[in-house]
Parts: sequence; C-alpha cells; structure tokens
Amino acid sequence: MRPILAILLSVFTTTVAATPFPSTYQPLPSSPTLITHATILTGDGQRLDDADLYIAGGKVVWVGEGTVPSEGVKTIDATGQWITPGIIDVHSHLGVYPSPGVTAHSDGNEATSPVTAEVWAEHSVWPQDPGFSRAVAGGITSLQILPGSANLFGGRSVTLKNVPQNSYQAMKFPGAPYGLKMACGENPKRVYGGRKQAPSTRMGNVAAYRASWIRAQRYIQDWEQYEQKMAKQSSSSETDGNSALAAALIKPPKRDLELETLAGVLKGEILVHMHCYRADEMITILDMADEFGYKMGTFHHGVEAYKIADELAEHNVCGALWADWWGFKMEAYDGIQENIAIVDRPKNGCAIVHSDSEEGIQRLNQEAAKAMGKGQAAGLDIPPERAIRWITSNAAKSLGIADQTGTLSPGRMADVVIWNQNPFSVYAKAQQVFIDGAIVFDRNDETLQPVSDFELGQLLEVAR
Amino acid sequence: MKRGFITVLLTLTCSTSLAQDLLITGATLHTQSDAGIIENTDILIKDGRIAKIAPRIATNKMIKVINAAGRPVTPALFAGVTVSGLSEVEAVSEAVDSSYRELYTDLMHPEFDVRMAYNPHSSVIPITRVEGFGFTLLAARGGDKTLSGQGGMVRFDGGYKSFDGKPVIYIQTSGYSANTMGGSRVAHWMLLNQAFDEAMTDEELTLITPQGAATLKAAKDDGIFLFEADRAADIMRVVAFAAENELEAVVHGGSEAWMVAEALAAAAMPVILNPLSNLPESFESLGARLDNAAILHEAGVPVIFSSGETHNARKVRQLAGNAAANGLPHDAALAALTSTPAAVFGGEPRRIRKGALADLVIWSGDPLEVTTQAQQVILGGIPDTMISRQTLLRDRYLGAADAMPRAYTKP
Repeated sequence: MRPILAILLSVFTTTVAATPFPSTYQPLPSSPTLITHATILTGDGQRLDDADLYIAGGKVVWVGEGTVPSEGVKTIDATGQWITPGIIDVHSHLGVYPSPGVTAHSDGNEATSPVTAEVWAEHSVWPQDPGFSRAVAGGITSLQILPGSANLFGGRSVTLKNVPQNSYQAMKFPGAPYGLKMACGENPKRVYGGRKQAPSTRMGNVAAYRASWIRAQRYIQDWEQYEQKMAKQSSSSETDGNSALAAALIKPPKRDLELETLAGVLKGEILVHMHCYRADEMITILDMADEFGYKMGTFHHGVEAYKIADELAEHNVCGALWADWWGFKMEAYDGIQENIAIVDRPKNGCAIVHSDSEEGIQRLNQEAAKAMGKGQAAGLDIPPERAIRWITSNAAKSLGIADQTGTLSPGRMADVVIWNQNPFSVYAKAQQVFIDGAIVFDRNDETLQPVSDFELGQLLEVAR
Repeated sequence: MKRGFITVLLTLTCSTSLAQDLLITGATLHTQSDAGIIENTDILIKDGRIAKIAPRIATNKMIKVINAAGRPVTPALFAGVTVSGLSEVEAVSEAVDSSYRELYTDLMHPEFDVRMAYNPHSSVIPITRVEGFGFTLLAARGGDKTLSGQGGMVRFDGGYKSFDGKPVIYIQTSGYSANTMGGSRVAHWMLLNQAFDEAMTDEELTLITPQGAATLKAAKDDGIFLFEADRAADIMRVVAFAAENELEAVVHGGSEAWMVAEALAAAAMPVILNPLSNLPESFESLGARLDNAAILHEAGVPVIFSSGETHNARKVRQLAGNAAANGLPHDAALAALTSTPAAVFGGEPRRIRKGALADLVIWSGDPLEVTTQAQQVILGGIPDTMISRQTLLRDRYLGAADAMPRAYTKP
C-alpha cells in the first residue's frame, strides 16, 4: 500500500510537464487534390514554372511532377495562377484584441504588473473575432497570438491554425511549442513609470528581467533537488520499509505558474518572442540570453534591426518586422523601408514580415511586396521565391513549426494558397486557401467563406 | 554690383518662381484631365509651370532633360489628411501640435489654426515627398471639444507659407469621441447647433469666442466643414446638418458611407475614406467593406483616400491600389489622390495641362502598384533630390562594415 501511495503522490506533485488546455484540432474534411500548371513558390527559395502540386491525406505528397491515383482525385487547373505555402503571421492580436474593439474586448495586456509570465494569451482568445475570417481571405493559415507589450514578461503566446471554431483548443496548432512574449523599451517603462512604479527606465527594465530569470533558475534547482531526493528514497525503498513514508513526507516545491513559464524558456521548451525596437537594446538582450543560458528566438518590430543584421544572423535570431511603419514613438524614429531586405541579406539571416494588425494580416503578401520592392530598388537581388520565405518558412522557423508547415515539401501539412496572379502585387487575391488539405476559403464560392457569429444578422435591413 | 547681389538673393529665396526650365520626354502621362492618358509625350516646364505638352518638343541644348522612357507620369500625390509638420514623433507629446485640450477658457475654439505651427523642416516631409507625394490636408485633430479647429492644404515644397486652398474646419461627431465628451453623440449635435446659432446670429456668445464666430462665418462663406462620421445614421445626420446650415461639408471616415451613397450623391457630399477598412472595428462600422469606394464612385460621390497616418502617410498609395483591386476604376483611384482632393479643398487643380503647376512624379511602373517606386519627384518644376533622413540611414547601413564606425559614413 505504502509504495503505491508514494507513487501516486509523486505523480500528483510532478505534473508540471503535462500540458493542460490541449489541442483538440482536427483537420476539416478534404479530398486528394491535384493543382496543375501553376507558378509555384515552394517557400524554401525555389520557383517552379508551369508545375503541379498534389496534396492528399492532408499532406503535400509531391510538388513539381509526379503521379496520382487514377480515381478519386479532384483537379484544379491553375494556369496563370500562383501557388505558395499557407501564409503565417508570427505577430497577431486577433482574438485578444478582437473586432469590435470595445473596452469589454480589451484582453491583450494584463497591465497590472510588469511581470506576468503566468498569463496565457489563449485564455483571452475570442474565436468569434471576425478578423480570423478576414485573414483567411488573405491566405493566412497559421498565426501566433501574442499578449501585448505593456509588460516586461507579457505571458505565453499560442499558435493557431486559422480555422473557424468555437474554442481556441479546436484551433490550436498541434505540437507547436509555446512562446513567451517579452518587451523592451518604452512601453513597459511608460506604463509602470507613469504609475510611479518600477520599471520607469530602460535600466529598470533590464534589472527586472534579470531578477526574474534568477528566480526561475532557483525554481528549476528546487524542483531538481526535489526530484533527486525522491529518486534517492525510491532507490533505497527495497532495503528500508519506511522509505515510502519518508518519500511521501518530502514536500515538493510550490507550483508557480509564472516561474513554470520562465523555467520553460531556460529549459529550451518555450520560445522567446521579444518586442524590441532599438539596435542597442537588442544587443543587450542577446547578452542577457547568454548570461542565463537561454536561446533568444525572435525580435519583433525591430525597426533598427538593419543596424545589427550581421549580429542577428550570427546568433541565429529572427527579426519579425514591418515593411514601413515608423515614427509613432521615439524608439521607432529610425525606421527604414529596407529593414527587412537588409536583415534578410546575411547568410543565415532570418527576416520575417509580421503584421501586428488586423488590417495588415489580411495582406501580408502586399507588406512583403513593399519590402521586396524597396530591397530591389536598393540593389539587393530579391526575387519572389526568396521574399516568400519572409511570410512562410522563416515564420514557421520562428514559431518552431518548420517541420510541419511553411514549405511545400513532401510530408508537410497541405497548407496552401492559390493566388490569381503573382502574390507580390496589390491586385493579387487568394483564390483558394487550404489548411491540412481542406478548402477553408474559396473566393468564388460563398458557401466556403466563413462568417463569425458576431457578424451574422447585422444590418439586416441593408439591401446590398 | 548692388543689383547683382539682389538678384542672387532673389534666386535663393524664390527658387520656385525662377526654376530652371525642364523637359520630360517619352512620358505616359496620366493627366487627370479630359485628355486622359497620353502615351509617349514630352512635357516642357517653364517657371515652375507646364508650358507645353506635345509628342516631341524641340528645345535648346541647355535645358535639363529627364527621359521618362515610357514610364507613367502623374500629378504629385495627395498624402491624405495628416499632421505632417505638426508631429515629429507621435508619442512625443512635446513634438506634437495638432490638437488643443484642457484650455483654461473651457470654450470650443474653431479658430485654433494648426497652420500656425506648421514646420516645413520636419523629417516627415522629405520622407513622404520622396515616395511621390506633393501635398496634404493638415488636420486639427480631435482634442477634447466637438470643434477641433481648422487646417488646410499644404504643399511639400519646404516653404514656410506653402498653404493652398480653403480653410477646413474639423468637427467630431462620432460616438467614439462622444464617449469622452458628453457621453452621447447627441451632445455633439446639441453643442454644434448652439455654436452655429451663436456664430450666425447676434446671440450672445457662450460656447465660442468672437474669433471663433468669425472663423465659422468665414468658413460658411468659403470654407469646408469636415465631419468625423462612420455610421450610416451619423452620416445622414451630417447631411441634414449641412443642409440646414448651408455648409460645404465632407465626411471623414465613412465606413458605412456606401449604405447611404444616394443621399451623399444628392447632397454632392464628398467622402474621405480608408479603402482597407473592412472590419466591424466598432459598432459604428459594422457595414465596413472593401468595395465602399467603388460603390460610392458608381453613385457619383466624390471619393478621397486617407490612411489616418502621418509618418506612414505614403501607405495611402497602397490604399488606392486596393480600392482599384476591389472594383474602383484605376483612373478614379488615382483621382482620389490628385484631382478630387484638389477639387474639394481648393488650390492647385492637380490636373496636368498647359499652365498647371509642375508638381509631378515619374514612376517606375503602375503608380498604384506596391512594388512601384517614385523615381523622380518634381515640385514647382524643380527635380527633388530624392533624399530623406531615411534614405541617408539606408545608405549609411547598406554598405559593408568598415574598420571605422558607421557614424563616419555620411552619405
């Protein structure tokens, strides 16, 4: 009896690694589909002209040329059209700052304390945000929902598949790692400094990050020591009849949601997504990651990333950037439109076009087109097959889902967009969007255009 | 000797009027006039104005020539309703002059004229200009009163007094602004009715100053009243108020304007809108849709584009492209950034014909396409340097690193 009790207690007290709020995502119904005679940008730098793509069982089977079964395959003639992987936005607040943007919907910033690593963005996601269906019309198949940037540690992000469901669990990208939103610079010091509370300066920001990482290190040590004691007791239980009781009396450390998330970063299980504008601050953060032994993941916004493009590439850090926003605050004063192209330039550079906007997410292809155009005008050789990486494979790498999506390689999820023309154009439109092989949007078929509950039945008297 | 010195001074201070003659050859000219698009034409510019448009213009060899090589030439574009030169950095309040609030008078001040604070040396202006923009409508932005103040057109030629067109009075009537001012949009209308009664009659002034009353009277005679309104019902209220008070009015926002297109057309009331608005961002824009501009245009309503952004005002060209991609004729989309704002707010007509001010842009391709670049901006007949703080930052960091820090690289 006693050993069983000890095992039960042990299991009960070490459930830290288990994943609550699990994904219940299921691909929508699909049928094997052959898309022919398209210009295909594979997402990994290749362009194939007059090529075919075969998707079946929710996966890419082959791209270019291949064979298909003689029966049961739907064929789409895409002559004159372009195919890309599904577009991925690494920075969205859909669901947490949904439309309509009324105060009652303002769920993106837990701006009550500068360190709120314990909150999870998914618990704020309103799946009925009409922004999701607008985004799918722009080819968005996966997106990361982040908390806002009021806090130094804003909380966990969640990566979703852009399917219209009634719970975020049913949208949750299966197997995607969590992210941790962090923020540099003006926002945290303005929000808390304005309340005469720390941090009120950039040095205050860094001191608070470091104090938190030190607590997280201690938390990991406490749990390791506990595990070691338990292991010691259980290994001696065969010779000592009382050891089971002794093990049961070893008290586990108190679970702490905040430190669980921070520990997840230090253990490499949770990816860091950090809002940071200035070059000097990004260098500080790279040093801080070295100090605490974690991997810096992606800098978001990074309007000065072009000043340190080589350093970012050397550290294998991505820059998720805007095409042209600048000047809205002091730390955005040095923004240039060549930022993305310059960050993309070094070997191992990881440039991403992100939206941070319910408007921008609908046309991330246009945002990438602007950045491509500016890069080309500055003399950089950026063909469409290179630029498409900024909103597909590089974005997937940033989110830790590159083995599942982001390119049209065989075995990857069949997340696919058919565009009516070269997507790097203001006139381009997503014609059909597939997620895991299922058509989730069809521009020419109203029955395949999702409408959220919120929008249903509004403005009934309006004729058009 | 003395006379020569004066001439040099004049050249330095009045460079626009003494611009060097310029010939643009081989242009695809989007005239925005009855002439439509003229292929493969030359444009001769003298004294800052267009002197001649013809297939081949012979000139003396001394004249500066720019070969457009078949590329599109348009009037310099309208940057939308902005606070260019009134806001260096949006979140740095000490560098922003676009609105008044907490004034100790506690009155509404329509006479608050943002043009008095206009700074032509703001970095925002060359940054916007090099993208093909020649003018904007300066806004008095919403402070804490229903009447926000006045502004007007300004050209991006770097002049201190480059104002153009009619005075424009800015009025808040949205439910969003009413939430912090009176609690209901009814409060806006209640105050507007009284302020206009006071200004236009001999009633005692209780809401505005004598200067404010004079401003409203002058604008009623020859000015424009710009009302913030998105909801169809609010737009109908604007139409009624403008009719009752005999005002030239413009709707700014207009997310649901398409729902009342016929009423707007009947009132000949233009709409300034953002053609990317397609979400129910509030309960005032439940009807927002991408073909708003196309529906209004078809109904005969003059349409103008504005993104609401100042620093990234250049994005308005992408807005026009999206409107064109959603049913608005290409020429109308271009008009929404050239001749239509000029026709509504006065000043230079922004149509390319003999005698017109030579504010032009030579584009690398379709002027509404996002990958197209403004290759040469010409304002008042003078080719722009095409340099901005951002092009200099780009050039500083574009080259390979060197032993010396970038601070020594001064492009």
